[in-house]
Order: sequence, then C-alpha cells, then structure tokens
Amino acid sequence: MATTALTPAASAYRSGLYEWLTTTDHKKIGILYVVNSFIFFTLAGLLAMGVRSELAFPGLQFVHDEGVYNQLFTMHGTVMIFLFIIPILTGFGNYVVPLQIGAPDMAFPRINALSFWLLPLAGILMFSGFVTGGAAAAGWTSYSPLAQDRPLGMQGSGEDLWIVGLTLIGTASILGAVNFLVTIFKMRAPGMTLFRMPILVWTVLVTSVLNLMATPVLTSALIMLFIDRNYGGHFFDPATGGNAILWQNVFWFYSHPAVYIMVLPAMGMISEILPVFSRKPLFGYKAFVFATAGIGALGFSVWAHHMFTTGAVYLPFFSLMTFLIAVPTGVKMFNWIFTLWRGKLTLSTPLLFALGFLSMFLIGGIDGAFSAAVPIDFALQDTYWIVAHLHYVLFGGSVFGVFAGVYYWFPKMTGRMLSEGLGKLQFVLMFVGFNLTFFPMHVLGLSGMPRRIADYASTAGWNELNLAASIGGFIIAASFLPFLVNVAVSLRGGRIAGDDPWEGNTLEWATTSPPPPYNFDHLPEIRSERPLFDLRHGRTHAAAVLPDPSPAPQPSH
Amino acid sequence: MTSNAHAMTTVEHNPVAGLAHDARGGISNPILGMILFITSEVMFFSGLFAAYFNVRANAPHWPPLQPEGLAEHFNLHAEPWYALGLTIVLITSSVTCQLGVAAIRRNDRTGYIRAISVTLVLGILFLLGQAYDYSTIGFGLGDGVFGTTFYTLTGFHGAHVFGGVIMLSVILYRGMAGQFSARHHDAVEATSIYWHFVDVVWIALFSTLYVL
Repeated sequence: MATTALTPAASAYRSGLYEWLTTTDHKKIGILYVVNSFIFFTLAGLLAMGVRSELAFPGLQFVHDEGVYNQLFTMHGTVMIFLFIIPILTGFGNYVVPLQIGAPDMAFPRINALSFWLLPLAGILMFSGFVTGGAAAAGWTSYSPLAQDRPLGMQGSGEDLWIVGLTLIGTASILGAVNFLVTIFKMRAPGMTLFRMPILVWTVLVTSVLNLMATPVLTSALIMLFIDRNYGGHFFDPATGGNAILWQNVFWFYSHPAVYIMVLPAMGMISEILPVFSRKPLFGYKAFVFATAGIGALGFSVWAHHMFTTGAVYLPFFSLMTFLIAVPTGVKMFNWIFTLWRGKLTLSTPLLFALGFLSMFLIGGIDGAFSAAVPIDFALQDTYWIVAHLHYVLFGGSVFGVFAGVYYWFPKMTGRMLSEGLGKLQFVLMFVGFNLTFFPMHVLGLSGMPRRIADYASTAGWNELNLAASIGGFIIAASFLPFLVNVAVSLRGGRIAGDDPWEGNTLEWATTSPPPPYNFDHLPEIRSERPLFDLRHGRTHAAAVLPDPSPAPQPSH
Repeated sequence: MTSNAHAMTTVEHNPVAGLAHDARGGISNPILGMILFITSEVMFFSGLFAAYFNVRANAPHWPPLQPEGLAEHFNLHAEPWYALGLTIVLITSSVTCQLGVAAIRRNDRTGYIRAISVTLVLGILFLLGQAYDYSTIGFGLGDGVFGTTFYTLTGFHGAHVFGGVIMLSVILYRGMAGQFSARHHDAVEATSIYWHFVDVVWIALFSTLYVL
C-alpha cells in the first residue's frame, strides 16, 4: 500500500489550511461540504428571518421596498435548496458512502474536489447580486416572463448571476453523481453485494441516477433563459413564437425529481439510525430498496403536477402518477414503524431527530397526496398551503434528517461525542418552532393567503397566524444556538467517542474515529447488510490485518 | 481489457478492495464514468430538443414566415447539401477515431497516431465549416424563434465538438509521448466514446433541422 506510507510524510510539510484547500480525501471533502452548507444555511436562514419579520404584521415595516422582499424569498428558497439541502446530503454521502462500502476513497478524488469547490464559487456569484443592483427576484422557480428583464424593472445582473451560479451547482451535482455511481458500482469491498449495501448507499445510488438524468435538463433550461435574457433569444417569449409554459415544463422536469434528490438521502440516513437505536434490523430491507427505486422512477412522471392550473398539461395522468408515489413512500413508512415496533429504543438525540423526520415528513406527505387531487390543487395553487406543504417535506423531513445524521456521524468525523443535553434542547426548540411556524400556514393558505406577497390587509383575518408563524421562525433560529455551542464545546473537549459509540451495524464503525486517510486497516467479513452486528455476535470473523504490501495496481491511462 | 488479468487477481484477493484504479474485471472506472457523463449529456440535449419541438409544434408554419424577409433563409430543407457535407466529415472522423482505438488495442502506436491525427483534422474542419455556415446562413440568433433554436442547438453541439477536439489533442499528444499501450489506454477509449456521442448528436440535429 504505497499510499498508506506516503500520506503521513506528505502531510508533515503541508500547513493545515493548505491541506484543507487542496485535499482530495473524501472524508475531508465531505466535512467541507457540511461546513459550507451550514454557512449557507445560516445566510438563507437570515433571509427567512427577513421574510418573517416583514410578514409578522400587516403593512410594510421591515423592508420598505417590495422588490427587496422579492429578493429575500427568492434567495432564501434558492440557497436553502441548492446550497444547503442538496450539498449537505451530498456531503454526508461523500463522507459515509466510501466507508460503508469498505472503499478507501471515491472513484475520482480530484473530480470530487472540483464538485465541492464549484459550490462556494456559485454561492458567491449568487449573493453578489445584492451588491450589483439587486439579487434574483423572480422566485426560486424563475418563471418567465418574471425572469425576463423588461416587465418588472429587474435591470440588475442578479438574475443572470443566479443563472450562472445554478448552472455551476448543476455541473457539480452531475459530476458528483457520476462519482458516486462509479464508486458504488466498482469499489465495493469483497462480499459487499448490492443487496448487502447499507440503505444509505442505496438511496445515494438512486439520488445519483436522478441527478444524472434530471440536472442536465435544468442546465438546458437555464441556458435557454440566459440566451433569452442576454442574446435576444425567444424561447420563452410568446410574442415571437416562444412559449412561456416551456420554461415551466423543462424547469419542473428537473425540479420535481430534485424533491427526491433532497429527501431520499435523508431517508437513507434515518434508515441507518432507526435500526441502531431500536436494536433491530431494518424491517423489510428489500422492500425499502425497491420502494426507493420506485420513487426515483415515478419521480420522472409527475413534474406537471406543479402546473395543473396552466391548462397546458394532461391532468388525469399527472394526478394519478402523483398519487402513485404515495405507495412506495407508504411502504417506507411501514419499514420505519415496524423497525421501531417492539424495539429496545434508546432515545438519544439522533433517534429523536429521526422520529422528528418520521412524524413531520408524514404530515408533509399527506399534504402532498392531498394537493395531488386536481380540484383541490386548483384551490390551493400558490397559496400559503403550498408553503406549509413544502416546508413539512423539506424542513420537517430533510432538515430533521440532516440533524439526525449530524448527531449520529459527528463522533465518527471528529472522534468526540456531542452533548446529549444540548442536543435534546435543540431538538425540542426546533420541533416546537417548526410546527409553530409552518402549521399555521396550512390555515393561512386555506383562508386564501397567496404566497410571495410582502404585505396583506389587516382585515383579511391573517394577522394572528402570521404573528405566530413569525414567532415560530425566531424560535427555529434560536434552536441553532445550542447546536453551535454544542459543536464548539465538543470540539474543544467533548467526550472521546471511540470507534463505535452507538454499537452500529455498518462498516464506518469498524475503523477509528476519525478514520485514517486510507479508511481501513482491515475489514470484517461481509455476509449480510449488518457486518458489524455479525462480528459482534460471533457470526463472522475479523479479517486478518492486511497482507504485506501487495503490488500496487498499475495506474491506468 | 482482458490483458488486465494480472492486476485483477492481485486486487481481488486484497481485503482493501476498490483502489482508485480498481480492476475487479468488467468495465474500468474512467470508461464507466465517461458513459455515465454521456448519459447526462444525452439528457442535456434532450432538454434543448424538447424546446425545439415544443416551439415547432406551436408554430402555425414551420419554418416560420416571420420575421419578414427571412423565410427563405429559414427553409433549410431546400438546401441541405452543405450541412450534409459537414455530416459526412463528422461520420468519417468517427470511423478514423475507431481505427485509432483498434490500432492502440493491438499496440500499433504509429497507426494510432496517424488515425487520431486524421480525426483531429476532421474535427477542426467541421468546426471551421460550421463557422463558415454561420457567416453565410443569413439569419441570426435573435431572428425569431427559428434563429434562437437553430443557433442554440447547433451552437451547443459545436461547443461539444470543440471539447472533443481538445480531448483528441490531449490523447494525440499523450500518444506521441508514448503513454498509451494495448494495456493502458482508458483515455483513448473514453475519448472515442465521447466523439461517437458528439457524432450521433449531429446526426440527430441534421435529421431534425434539415430533413424532418
């Protein structure tokens, strides 16, 4: 193992910062993804605070220009989706997937580094709109003609910076997807058959296929929009033969599968956590895998349910396909519930957040099936009900899943435990704040409040619920303080984690915390999807330590 | 690839499998990576083609009669011969590219360099031909939805040809530096797959814009 011997020597003369800036180690890149995502999470959270401050009371108090309000919610949505949820899940995938399949790194480490470094660049480009005459303000969906220059006086370069930034993020996603797929297909340890892969690896696999097939379509849409805006193109301009609905079709062809890109890896993460903290195997492993693949496949046939009211799509088909997605999702709900059923539960922070995912995602999912009914969707289109639905799925689902993952894998990443007390405080604050913010939005939507408005009449009957939502928003913001304190305290002097603090099932717990650059000295035998459980209970043996330096494989050209 | 058999067995019995250049048999990592990347490129061009067919289906006349005076330039079906010439150039380059791959597979480096050089020249010829076509075609990107779709589709194809020309230059340079052999030429295989893909996209484009 030439690389094994080289790495310590190589790092001796590199400064720490240089090492982090130039690393190709999947674990360091994974941590970079997570840290970068949390920075953008904070920024997007501040934008959301701006939105909630403005909406707390009728009238314009906080932002005096409605154009600025448009920038706030546009950038909030864009940054949360493209610079927080998608990258942080990619980051966990980066860190955990090679470990879980017993590989020393990703298949293409340098492309992996490129995928990551495109993200901060894209983020800076998008945010620089604020100082060059106004950031993008056409909503994260950027519908034409809103996204075109002329009608709204959006003369700044914000929308163009938004397009360029999103294109870069898309490129990063595509390269990342190629990397994950080659890693998963080609670099599994001996014995790690496809149906012994941990569920997280399966969800990353399906997510990568979605990324690979859907993201380039978004790229094509963005390029068309860029040509329309800057080179006098006519794709989305009906006056000269273009078609404004075309944008919606192409955009949602990506952005609906993107919903599953944002939730499947989080589902994978809680599917790792629930079995560990209930001391049981995942109920119905294969059913879960097929349900994941089913969601991925169906995800390509439902994009037009975002466009029911355009009158340009065939309603029965897209409504039926949307209802069908509830089937595999329901299968997963049963997987999770029966994993917990009569398990020996340990209510640690990771499990609490996983249970938060389970319950909140269930509400969000039911919301989704509800609005898949065409007549109901006609009533709810573009109301706050939709805002409630998407936040129950993406915040109640993905973000709770992300924090479950943070608490679960932090000991592996740093070698130290996070405090349970602060973790539970964060969970309670976040859970209460989340429901206080987003549950009232259901009622606001049903009583007709449209989304994306800076102001509303004080006589509309929306005052109290908006105030409640704003208070909830600030409670969510407050819930991050215990988290930051927790991380800071733990990094300075947290309890030492050891290799396997949770008695885990999967291979990442078979190496040290944090793992060495080459990941494993030796691997246990892999005879099921729970190799460490097998080892602990004497069903298999640990493999001998590596045989003496085997001839390093030839570099290929 | 069967010639990798020796490397294969050593890695197979290693408990730490899957090193960066894994060789557990089957397709190699770089080639699988290139095929997956091309899958994403197919979807990219699908988006552009979808836009083209969408505006074409919605148009009362195709090619459109507006803007004034350009309808005759829009009628590409009447004069497909120049583009047909470009098509033949690109298809020929695919054949020579594959001849280069076949040469390096049997360790014939001279034949490889010769074939890839011809491929490179044909690729550049195609780009120059397309540039000349643009300069004489009589309408621009802003000239109605026809101009927009025509230049976007052919332009992005041209950009991919340009990318392919760079890749061909790299593998030609590396081939002349003696870096490829029958056993080690993943970059050549990957480039050739990409070049064939670019060729197929052009055939689809030619059929759509000039024949259909």
